[in-house]
Amino acid sequence: MIRDITIGQYYPANSIIHRLDPRVKLMATVVFIVSVFLIHDLVGFLIATAALGACIWLSKVPVRYMLKGLKVIFIILIFTVLLNMMFTPGREIFRFYFIRVTWEGVILAGKTTMRLVYLIVGSTIMTLTTTPNHLTDGLEKALSPLKKLRFPVHELSMTMSIALRFIPILLEETDKIMKAQQARCADFESGNLIHRVKNLIPVLVPLFISAIRRANDLAMAMEARCYHGGAGRTKMKPLIYNRRDKIGYAVVIAYLILWIVLICVF
Amino acid sequence: MSIRIEHLNYIYSMDSAFRKQALRDICLDIDDGEFIGLIGHTGSGKSTLIQHLNGLIRATDGKIYYNGEDIYQEGYSMTKLRSHVGLVFQYPEYQLFETTVLKDVCFGPGNLGLDAETCMERAKKALSIVGIKEKDHNKSPFELSGGQRRRAAIAGVLAMEPDVLILDEPTAGLDPRGRNDILDQIADLHSRMGITVILVSHSMEDVANYVDRIIAMNRGSVYMDGTPAEVFERYAELEKIGLAAPQVTYFMHDLQRSFPGMRADVTTVREAKDAILGWFEGGEKR
Repeated sequence: MIRDITIGQYYPANSIIHRLDPRVKLMATVVFIVSVFLIHDLVGFLIATAALGACIWLSKVPVRYMLKGLKVIFIILIFTVLLNMMFTPGREIFRFYFIRVTWEGVILAGKTTMRLVYLIVGSTIMTLTTTPNHLTDGLEKALSPLKKLRFPVHELSMTMSIALRFIPILLEETDKIMKAQQARCADFESGNLIHRVKNLIPVLVPLFISAIRRANDLAMAMEARCYHGGAGRTKMKPLIYNRRDKIGYAVVIAYLILWIVLICVF
Repeated sequence: MSIRIEHLNYIYSMDSAFRKQALRDICLDIDDGEFIGLIGHTGSGKSTLIQHLNGLIRATDGKIYYNGEDIYQEGYSMTKLRSHVGLVFQYPEYQLFETTVLKDVCFGPGNLGLDAETCMERAKKALSIVGIKEKDHNKSPFELSGGQRRRAAIAGVLAMEPDVLILDEPTAGLDPRGRNDILDQIADLHSRMGITVILVSHSMEDVANYVDRIIAMNRGSVYMDGTPAEVFERYAELEKIGLAAPQVTYFMHDLQRSFPGMRADVTTVREAKDAILGWFEGGEKR
């Protein structure tokens, strides 16, 4: 059912990772993603796995949820595996007409798959443990130096938080409208593709109208509360680093140094 | 026997952190031709319950029989069920999508596989029941006023000629006149065509004025089930679950304190009038 879909997919739990400042989590995610691309041997792989495993364990989010994000890239994964196996030159394992599978191809396929999986799981940890609003707050703060370049950081983050805020509302609305039309015996499940798209019109028209109506109302409500953009605006809950955030940064930097050492040594 | 609900349970988001039991062990019998008011605080499960009755939500556990047939048995046609049990959602005017009012009302009967002519006929009949004039039939739904749009949307369900009509707060956000118009039309449908009506409402006055039986829900279970007089007599318990009795019931209870012998099991203004006049007549004899 539609209400089961979670975008922004925050998973409420009380863990150290949940309580970290979003900026720390952002930086950690970036560092982790970079490190995933630096993996060339087993040692690197083990280090990245250990880091990822520790984060998953600390976050108290069921692993099942972490792996949910992989469903989306499942087809991409299959393609990468097949293409890498078939079109990498090297020692041949077997040949089937024009398809050649090579050792190098199998290894490359394995590496690429692992990278993609780690990439997705790594960033999923962040979205699962950070509320969308917290995340945009963190982004705004992290990007604020760009303000000097006249980059509309505040406006961008406001747009993002509004967009994120509207996703569940519009999903709920879609659910409601679909049910109402189903109550009038509308059928969304059978028929060919063209038929199905056509059947969606009774849902899409009211949905668009309501989205525009809501946007209008929101704009009015914001004006009524004297919203005029970012200049001079203070926050109710400003982001302040405390001890665990500093420890978090220290861990991230230690991880980074570990990688630099690893690259220099090997 | 029209609708029978046996030990119905429903749990939202079964296997996630957001799991919530919305309905608990509901057992109800709804007979043909009843006019039922369904009341309960926000989030008590009223909307979830009524969506089960036409198969929009599938129960986690329990059974529903429509005219003796189990609606969850294999091969039971939901389209058939929905043509018999019409459901009008809250703020139905936001579901209008066609270019003209008439076409929109034709949508339901069209989905039942009826030919265009029959659809037209039924749509026109439904629109006349809800009081939308012929000259408005070919207007865009967005040219109508809020109250008219609401009525057009109700006509969209009526055009399927259901035997059971369920309305989820059909009068929310309407002015007093629009409210009375819609409720009168529904009551008229009930008495003239004998259809079963289930009315979800937050207005105790409306419920007292129109229905024969009240089902009060609290936290996903049926809390009370009886005639308006029986249910509202227990107003103290109703208040505990965020509901109330009609104002006139409170008034009569106060009056009873000063005028012993006054009947207080009263839920409408008309009944109050009879009770007061009756007391005076009784007084002459006293």
